[in-house]
Amino acid sequence: MENQKRVLELSEKHGKENVVVVLGASEAESAGLAAETVTAGDPTYAGPLAGVSLGLGVYHIFELKDEVDADVYDEQCGMMEMVLDIDAIGAEVKSIRDQYSKF
Amino acid sequence: MTTPVVKGAAYVLVHTPDMVMHYGTTCSVEHEVNPNSDFLKKVPEHLRTFEEAVKYAPNQVYIGNMLPNDLHGIEKPWYNNLIDDAKAEGKQGEIVSQDEFYIAMKLSDAFDLVMLEKDFIANTKGKLEIKPYYSEVELKKIGEGYEIADIEEKVSKGAEPLLVKDKLVGCVKAAHERDKNLSAHVMVENIVSKASGVIALKNLIFKNDISADSIEYVIECSEEACGDMNQRGGGNFAKAIAETAGATGATGSDTRGFCAAPAHALVNAAALVKSGVYKSVAIVAGGATAKLGMNGRDHVQKGMPILEDCLGTFAVLVTENDGVSPILRTDIVGRHTVGTGSSPQAVMESIITMPLDKNGLKITDIDKYSVEMQNPEITVPAGAGDVPLANYKMIAALGVKRGDIERTAMQDFIENHGMPGFAPTQGHIPSGIPFVGAAKEMLESGEIDKAMIVGKGSLFLGRMTNLFDGVSIVMERNTGKVEEAGTVSKEEIKGMVAETIKEFAAFLLDGK
Repeated sequence: MENQKRVLELSEKHGKENVVVVLGASEAESAGLAAETVTAGDPTYAGPLAGVSLGLGVYHIFELKDEVDADVYDEQCGMMEMVLDIDAIGAEVKSIRDQYSKF
Repeated sequence: MTTPVVKGAAYVLVHTPDMVMHYGTTCSVEHEVNPNSDFLKKVPEHLRTFEEAVKYAPNQVYIGNMLPNDLHGIEKPWYNNLIDDAKAEGKQGEIVSQDEFYIAMKLSDAFDLVMLEKDFIANTKGKLEIKPYYSEVELKKIGEGYEIADIEEKVSKGAEPLLVKDKLVGCVKAAHERDKNLSAHVMVENIVSKASGVIALKNLIFKNDISADSIEYVIECSEEACGDMNQRGGGNFAKAIAETAGATGATGSDTRGFCAAPAHALVNAAALVKSGVYKSVAIVAGGATAKLGMNGRDHVQKGMPILEDCLGTFAVLVTENDGVSPILRTDIVGRHTVGTGSSPQAVMESIITMPLDKNGLKITDIDKYSVEMQNPEITVPAGAGDVPLANYKMIAALGVKRGDIERTAMQDFIENHGMPGFAPTQGHIPSGIPFVGAAKEMLESGEIDKAMIVGKGSLFLGRMTNLFDGVSIVMERNTGKVEEAGTVSKEEIKGMVAETIKEFAAFLLDGK
């Protein structure tokens, strides 16, 4: 809920086109839920983004591997890359992004 | 200097189905927000009987009648494949029924706040009389009880009800008219925590044939807070539990750290014994009513029994080296520091690999890792995944990154160095500590040589910091050698010599 509030405030302050949300969720389902929240709106209708379609750009950190310094990525994500189902997570977030992201 | 050992461990579950409905936060919040909800209507038909809770395999593992890996031999879902000949009496503890527990609450009630009905006491008292650890003096304290009309009147004025199958049998009164920290609800939580902790400590004392007054210090490590409006969380559960359990030679204090608190307490206890401050330190934590039925909504939705129907509690005794019990390696301690960072990798390195590196050990040198041992049958249906398995995958991945194991060997590592989760999701209970008893058994039988006990905690829940926390300590098979008082061991001399050589080398290199 607090994160939803933070995302809403940042997008209002800087403009929706200037905000990209980077997720770190460990499962495809929860990553998809978070991606949907910052694009189409909170599907659980529980937080500040309920009914608010921000349409922000949203990526999972695993999708941004090539954009990050290799050493930093390895230090921060190398272990989890081996542990989690990165293909399923990436596919889920991409599917939401393709449907609802406007920027 | 002595070496601290795990002299005994006790694990107790208290089956409290009526408390799920009235004191678990999931149900109690629903009562406030949506009192006529379908979920609340369905809860009673999803509650298990005492017998079903006893026959549930993960509960049998918790009280020491089975080892964690025995769960591999039982078909899932475990709640549909009960163990017919299971007993409430465990090798390392027991499963206590709700009615018996209400009387135990009365025995832990120092301020006459618990009222129980006359007939209920008369019909239930026998369950305590056959327990070997209740003395006649204690049993006399139960008293005759009250008329139901008196209890009904107190409940109508704000006392919290104690129910058996939804029938009123007692209540807990507020300890102050206005003080929120002494309200009836808080007093229920605290008396439950104390009373269940007392049962664990009594089991520890009785099952390990320890003299109660030999315990010199008690560290309590639950997640509750006792105190009044001027000192919320002032404590001291530890001393209160020690008093009721008959540990007359003990003082104590409370240690807090969310789920990581028991692991912190274990390290602290080991240090107190190692330093010689105390010879015998017990760590103990009672159960949490708030977490009963925490994932109940998902369990009901999926047509399962509500598996969070038991309070979880434990006690562990750390003493001077007896030459038999597993050693607590105070030199192999991991800790997540303020500066560690919060990425999963940084967290796992600080708790798992840094202490191993310091001691020249590989990830594979630890035979069993006791991580967050939540029963996956509780967490998976609620979308939280298999928590122990996720931890084992992370440790295996760290092993690959460090070159300790091949990537293709990750699955084997997980199977050999991990185990299925079996602990109730009682907050402070699942993290590391539930395996200490089983580890003791396996280390003493020679099945394993080293086990790492890992505690992890989510501090953000208290809204004081966003930091994560964690601490670990290694348990090792006893060599059988006992240090003589006042002497210095060979290892200590080696350590001192090595330290001096290191310092000298650094001096030469720095040219200072």
